[in-house]
Amino acid sequence: MSGSGDELDVVLERYEAVIGLEVHTHLRTESKLFSPAPVRYGDPPNHSVHLIDLALPGVLPVLNERVVELAIRLGLATHSRVNTHSVFARKNYFYPDLPKGYQISQYEEPVVSDGWIEIDVPSASARAPECRRIGITRAHLEEDAGKSIHDSAVAGSEGTHIDFNRAGVALLEIVSEPDLRSPAEAGAYLRALRQTLRYLEVSEADLEKGQFRCDANVSIRLRGEQELGTRTELKNLNSFRFVEEAIAAEILRQADVLDEGGVVKQATMAYDPDTGRTRVLRLKEDANDYRYFPDPDLIPLRIDPERIEQVRARLPELPEAKRARFERDHGLSADDARQLASQRDLADFFDATLRLHRDARSVANWLLRDLLQLLNERERELAATQITPEALAGLLGLVEAGRLTVRNARELLPELVDEGGEAEARMRARGLEAVRDEGLLDAVVAEVVAGDPEACERVRAGDDKPLNFLMGQVMKRTKGKANPGQVRELLARRIRGG
Amino acid sequence: MADSFPTLEAQSAALESGAVSSADLVRACLERAQALAALNLVVGRRAEAALAEAMASDARRQHGDVRGPLDGVPLLIKDNMVQRGEPTVCASRILEGFVSPYDGALVERLRAAGAVVLGRTNMDEFAMGSSTENSVHGASRNPWDAERSCGGSSGGSAGAVAAGIVAGAFGSDTGGSIRQPASFCGVVGLKPTYGRVSRWGLVAFASSLDQIGPFARSARDAALLLEAIAGHDPRDSTSIPEPAPQLLAALDGDASGLVVGLPREAFEADGADPRVLESVRAAVAELERAGARTREISLPHMRYGIAVYYLIATAEASSNLARYDGVRYGHRASGVRDLDEMYRRTRSEGFGDEVKRRILLGTYVLSAGYYDAYYRKAQQVRTLLRRDFEAAFGSCDVIATPTSPEVAFPLGEKSADPLRMYLSDVYTVAANLAGIPGVSVPCSPVEDLPVGLQLLGPALGEAQLLRAADAFQRVTRHHERTPVLST
Repeated sequence: MSGSGDELDVVLERYEAVIGLEVHTHLRTESKLFSPAPVRYGDPPNHSVHLIDLALPGVLPVLNERVVELAIRLGLATHSRVNTHSVFARKNYFYPDLPKGYQISQYEEPVVSDGWIEIDVPSASARAPECRRIGITRAHLEEDAGKSIHDSAVAGSEGTHIDFNRAGVALLEIVSEPDLRSPAEAGAYLRALRQTLRYLEVSEADLEKGQFRCDANVSIRLRGEQELGTRTELKNLNSFRFVEEAIAAEILRQADVLDEGGVVKQATMAYDPDTGRTRVLRLKEDANDYRYFPDPDLIPLRIDPERIEQVRARLPELPEAKRARFERDHGLSADDARQLASQRDLADFFDATLRLHRDARSVANWLLRDLLQLLNERERELAATQITPEALAGLLGLVEAGRLTVRNARELLPELVDEGGEAEARMRARGLEAVRDEGLLDAVVAEVVAGDPEACERVRAGDDKPLNFLMGQVMKRTKGKANPGQVRELLARRIRGG
Repeated sequence: MADSFPTLEAQSAALESGAVSSADLVRACLERAQALAALNLVVGRRAEAALAEAMASDARRQHGDVRGPLDGVPLLIKDNMVQRGEPTVCASRILEGFVSPYDGALVERLRAAGAVVLGRTNMDEFAMGSSTENSVHGASRNPWDAERSCGGSSGGSAGAVAAGIVAGAFGSDTGGSIRQPASFCGVVGLKPTYGRVSRWGLVAFASSLDQIGPFARSARDAALLLEAIAGHDPRDSTSIPEPAPQLLAALDGDASGLVVGLPREAFEADGADPRVLESVRAAVAELERAGARTREISLPHMRYGIAVYYLIATAEASSNLARYDGVRYGHRASGVRDLDEMYRRTRSEGFGDEVKRRILLGTYVLSAGYYDAYYRKAQQVRTLLRRDFEAAFGSCDVIATPTSPEVAFPLGEKSADPLRMYLSDVYTVAANLAGIPGVSVPCSPVEDLPVGLQLLGPALGEAQLLRAADAFQRVTRHHERTPVLST
C-alpha cells in the first residue's frame, strides 16, 4: 500500500467502504469431497485422481462423511446455526478444468448459516485494539476444480494441459456479512478466520498451497448515506497483503469514478500487484447463469442434533476463551495472553508446561521471548522441533532452584530445541550446574579482588561501576555457573569488608 | 435354441441337467444374433470374451461350484451400461471411441452370479426417445414387423428377447424406456423401485428417474434377474439400504384376494387406441378370473405426468450431459481455433437432434427467471403425484393400466413430431416420477401386434407386483407367442 495509505485515509473521510469476504478453504480430509482419491499436495499432475474426479460416464458422487464433522466444528466455533438439513446443488458452467460441467456446491440450503466471529481492529482513539463482531452469512460445502496449465515450460508441450489432482478436493466457502469497513479490517477478519480454522483443525489454511483463498465484495457510499453502493467483486486474492492492497486500490478506483460523476458498474475485478491497480474481468451483464438445482445424485445432508452436541463437547478451547483464561487464571498480561492464544501449538505447549512448572509468567516469558526467537531463527514450527513441555519445565525448575543460571539456561535451550533430551541431563553433561558452594565461590572472589586492587579502591571510594567488571571476571572464571546475586554479595563483603 | 429353452428357467434347468453347456448356449445366441443382424438389435458383441466366460462357467459346473441359477446363462445389456474394456457409446457419436476402464455395478453383480454378458443392445441416443430410431447405430426393427419400431429407448434389449436371441436382457427406464418397448415387443419388462438397483456404471440421462431393470419372457424370469442385480450399493447415494428382495419364492400363482386398482383417468385418456384399451380390460378380466378383485381408483395428477416429466428429465439431462465436452474422452471436433469453438462444434457434431432438443429444453427450464415457474413447480406437482399413488395404494395392491396408448408404430412415423412421440409415455412416466415399480406384461394382441398390460406397485412392492404378473401368466398364454422370423 506504498504511498496510497494517506490517500485512502482521505477518501475514507468522505466515503464509507462496505466490504464482504468470501473465503474458500480446503478441508483437512484424507480423501476428496465426493471421491475416494487421496488429497495430497505436491503430487505429480493427475496422480491423485479417481474415475469420479474425471466425470467418466456412469460414475456417481458419494459424500465424504468426514467433512460433516469439520463443517459442524466451524459452525459451532463461529456461533452459527448448523443446519440439520442441507442440500447439495449443481452449479452449471463449462470450463475444461471442471470435468462434470458443473460444480457440486450448496446453494439454497447451506450446512452452516447466521453466525459471527470477533476481530481486533486498530482503533484510532484508543491505544488498545477495538473488538468488533463480524457476521458470517453462511458456510457451505463444495468441491474444488482442477488446474489449467497454459505454460508450456510446466506442461512440457504446447497447448493447455489440465491437472485434475485438485478437482474434487473438499472446500468450505465461508461468506461474511458486508460488515467490514476498511482494508485493515478485512485483513484482521481473514487472520482471525484462518486462526479459527487452524485451531479447529478444520483446515490447514496454508495460503501458499492455495488452501485458503479469498474473494472480496467492495462498495463505497458517502458517509451518512443509508443505501449501499454498487459492489464489485475482486477475485482470487491469494495473500493477506494482496487482499488489503486490492481492496484499498478498488476503494480508490470507485471513489475516483464517483468523484468524476460516474457510476460504478457491477463487475468482477482482478488485482494486479505489479501496477497496484484493479481492472475489470467481466461486467455483470456477461455473467454466467449457473442454473443451480438440487443434485439428484445426492440425498439431502441430514445432521442429527445429537451429533452436533457430540462435536460441541469435543470442540477445542478457542483463542478467545484461551486468552481470557490466560489473563484470568494465570495473571498474564493482555499482550502475552493474546500472543500465546493466537497459535494453538504455543498455547497447548504453555498449558502442558504449566502442569509441571507453576510459574506461569516465567513459562510465558520463556515461550514468547526465547523459544519464539529460536523458532523464528530456524524458520520452524514448534512441532517440528525436539523440545517437550517436560524439558522446558525441567529447565525452568533448575533455574528456580538456583541450580542453573538464567544465562546458562538460555545456553541450553537451543540444544533442547534441536536435539531434545532432558534439561538436567544436558546441564550435567555440559557441566553447567551452578556453583553454590560459598567457600569455593569466595575463593574465586578473593583471587579476583587480589588481582585488581585499583578497581577495589574505586569501589571503596563509592564508585559501583568496577563492581560489574569484577563480577564479570568471577563469572568468567566460573564459566557462568555462579549465581550473580551471590557473587555480588561476596564481592561487596570482600572489598568493603561488609 | 430359443425354441428348445425359451426361458431363463428352462436354460438354467438344461445347464443343471447337463442337457446343454453354457458354451453351446452362448454359441447359439451369437449365431442367432448374427442371423437376425438385419433387425439391428445387438450393437456390440463380445464373442470371444463371452465364450471364454461360458467355458469358465462350464468348468465351474463340472467342479460343482455353481454360482446360482444364472451361472452360464447368456444375457445382453444396454449400450448405456459400462463394462471394463468394452466400448459404451449410448448410441451417440459424442462417445465414439470411449472404452470403459471400469465395470458398472450391474456387470459386477452379473459376473458374481456367473451370467455371461454377450454384448450390448441398441437404444435411443442417451436413452432419449421412445422408438430406438435416434441411434448412431441406426434404427432397430421390431421382430413382429420389421417395418415397425421396437419402442424405446431400450428397444434393442426388448427386441432381442422377443426375437429369441437371449432369454433375458437389461434396459434402463427413465420414463418408460423398459416398459414401453416390452409392450411393443411382447415381452415382460420390469422397472424396479427407484434405488433398488445401483446406478453406478449406468450412464445418466435423468438421475432422479433412471432405473435399471430386466426384460424376460416370464414374470418368473424377471424375478430371477432382479434378485441377481438388486440390493444396496454404497457407491450410489440414492441406492435403497435394503437387501435384494426374495422374489421367486413369492410367486405362488395365487391371485385370490389381490385388489387391482383401475385408475379412471387411465381408461379415459384421449388418444389411446380403443383396441389397446379393450385388450387391457380383457386382461383385467383374466386377473379377476384368477381370483383378483378390482376397484376404481383416481390418480388426479396423472394428467400432468408428461409435462412434469419433460421438465424434470430435461433439466437433469442438460446438466448430466455437460461432461461430454471433448476435453477428456469421446468425440472432439477437429481444427478448432479456441475453447468456445471446441465446445460448440464438438457438441453440435456429437449429439443428435433429440438430445440437443432436450438439452436446450432443460437449460431453459433451469434458467434464471424460469426456474420457479418450471423446475420448482414441476417438483411440487411431482410430490402431489407421489401422494396420489400413496393414497391409491391404501385401497389396492397393484394398479393396472395400458403400458402404451398404442401398438408398435411404423418406423419414421413420429420422428418428425416430437410431441406425439412424447405422448407415447403417457402411462409410464408417473411410475418414474413417483419412484414406484412397474411391469409390462404381454396381453392379447391387436392385429397380431403385442399389447402390454402395465401393473404398478407401491415402493419396494416388487414381490406383490410380480406375483400379480405371474398369476396372470399362469392363466394366459400371450407371453408364449413368438414372432415368426426368417433367419
